[in-house]
Amino acid sequence: MLTFLARRLISSIPVVIAVLTLCFLLVRIAPGSPFAAERALDARTKAILEAKYGLSGSLPEQLFRYGSRVLRGDLGDSLKFRGRTVAEIIGQSLPRSLLLGSISFTLALGLGIPLGAYAAAHHGRKGDSFFNSLALLTLSTPTFVLAPVSVLVFAFGLKLVPPAGWGAPSQLVLPAFCLAIPFIGVCARLTRAGLLETLDSDFIRAARAKGVSEAGLVYLHALRPAILPLVAYAAPLAANILTGSLVIEEVFAIPGIGQFFVNGVINRDVFLVSGVVLVYCLLLLLFNLVADWLTALLDPRIRLSS
Amino acid sequence: MRLPRPAWIILGLLGILVLAAIFGPVISPYGVGEVSGNRLAPPDGHHWFGTDLHGRDLLTRLMYGARISLLVGLVGASISLLIGVAYGLVAGYLGGRVDNLMMRVVDVLYALPRIVLVIVLISLFDLRLKTLLDGTPLAPFATHARLLLLFVGLGLVEWLTLARIVRAQVLTIKERPFVLSSRLIGQTTPVILFRQILPQVLPIVTTYLTLALPAVILEESFLSFLGLGVQAPLASWGTLLADGASMLNPVATPWWLIVFPAVILVGCLLLLNLLGDQLRRLDAHSER
Repeated sequence: MLTFLARRLISSIPVVIAVLTLCFLLVRIAPGSPFAAERALDARTKAILEAKYGLSGSLPEQLFRYGSRVLRGDLGDSLKFRGRTVAEIIGQSLPRSLLLGSISFTLALGLGIPLGAYAAAHHGRKGDSFFNSLALLTLSTPTFVLAPVSVLVFAFGLKLVPPAGWGAPSQLVLPAFCLAIPFIGVCARLTRAGLLETLDSDFIRAARAKGVSEAGLVYLHALRPAILPLVAYAAPLAANILTGSLVIEEVFAIPGIGQFFVNGVINRDVFLVSGVVLVYCLLLLLFNLVADWLTALLDPRIRLSS
Repeated sequence: MRLPRPAWIILGLLGILVLAAIFGPVISPYGVGEVSGNRLAPPDGHHWFGTDLHGRDLLTRLMYGARISLLVGLVGASISLLIGVAYGLVAGYLGGRVDNLMMRVVDVLYALPRIVLVIVLISLFDLRLKTLLDGTPLAPFATHARLLLLFVGLGLVEWLTLARIVRAQVLTIKERPFVLSSRLIGQTTPVILFRQILPQVLPIVTTYLTLALPAVILEESFLSFLGLGVQAPLASWGTLLADGASMLNPVATPWWLIVFPAVILVGCLLLLNLLGDQLRRLDAHSER
């Protein structure tokens, strides 16, 4: 376990460095300046500003300066939101996005797995084909379509929930569902496929011969090995929910990290963008790690060290 | 390849969509950017899908947007296809350490916020590409710089799954006798790869194309919805939907500006996904 952790941590380091470098350079090479406002800046002011934020000199110099600062735990200042550090912005906005994301993640798995198990138990019957079309429909309905349509229907039409905002639990309902629904279909399909394969195997036949009920077979015996592909999918799922959150935060006016990211890219706010990408990258590496660990936990045939 | 009947129906519907995209804007009595005083008119006999804030006919704009959305989908998916197939072929055939390294790279890329990097890439290089093209004979394309970036950016995002699938296929195919015999008679590696192995993986690649297509269309709309994709005067389904979403208000939302783009986009994605489903089932059957 410890060697596994150590190995993964070491192999993640080059990934993080590569992503951060790429991101920093992309934003710096891009035309447009973070200091540009409505009025054009004269060269001297610009030079002073650049020197102040450590953006003077050649690109490798800037990158090196930024890199050594990050290593010391300083993500720099936002260039557009004057007077606020990137760490401060992330610290305030990230928990909101994480809360929304984890609710959606739970919804996607919590609804997807039972649905898929039900479909597998009713394989070849009417419920199965209905389920199949439903699953395809949900995975063909992207978040950014669901969001405005659901606001139109549930917030303005039926007046069940508030249309936007942040703070009250009722304001979380629509965004969380909109973010989760496209992935419920994917989870359900993966569960169904995994279960159907497992239900064909010898140990299930043995359990059936022993007299385990059909429901017990599906939900107790077969489910554990069957959701392995789903666990492998959990990391990409988390990634998709994170990026889907960009749109959701925009439509529902949630002051999450996604909003700051989109604004940062538009404003060429190099430290903010790099900081947010760093956070995304670290989160995803963490999700991958947990997914691999869970896989080994569920399937004793897999050894972590290999 | 014999297709089952549902697949034909899906293909027919998709054909109608493509025809509407190609000929619709030509037949329509309204121009794409034609502004009129008839603002925010609900659907009626003249404007079947209603009009937007500037009095433009929504149906015309949707058909025109279909061109962009489908084009980005097709080109983006093709680019991802090329990369994925080449990568998978090489990794699978060479095997050993090279394969290990190449697949580790795929694993890592899988874990990254890829669309986030595409956002950075696209929104930042738009201007640069425009100025680059301006002095050259390619200048007419400069206005479509963002479209070109979308092609490449989305193509670069979607190839990972295909690379894995192709590699797995190649691993089994390269053990088959005919590959061994061609190696025996002294054929070079490129010849074996492209003349012997590639034709064997092509059926799977076609199936995959039907999955990559909706994925790329979805990503394009996603970016356009955020205002980071296609930009005016061009319009795609994503920008039209974003226009509609920006009109959301509690008093009188022009519902047609949201509902019609949403239905068209979801319908198209659903059809493509259904088609992919059918083809995959066909593959599974022929393997048995």
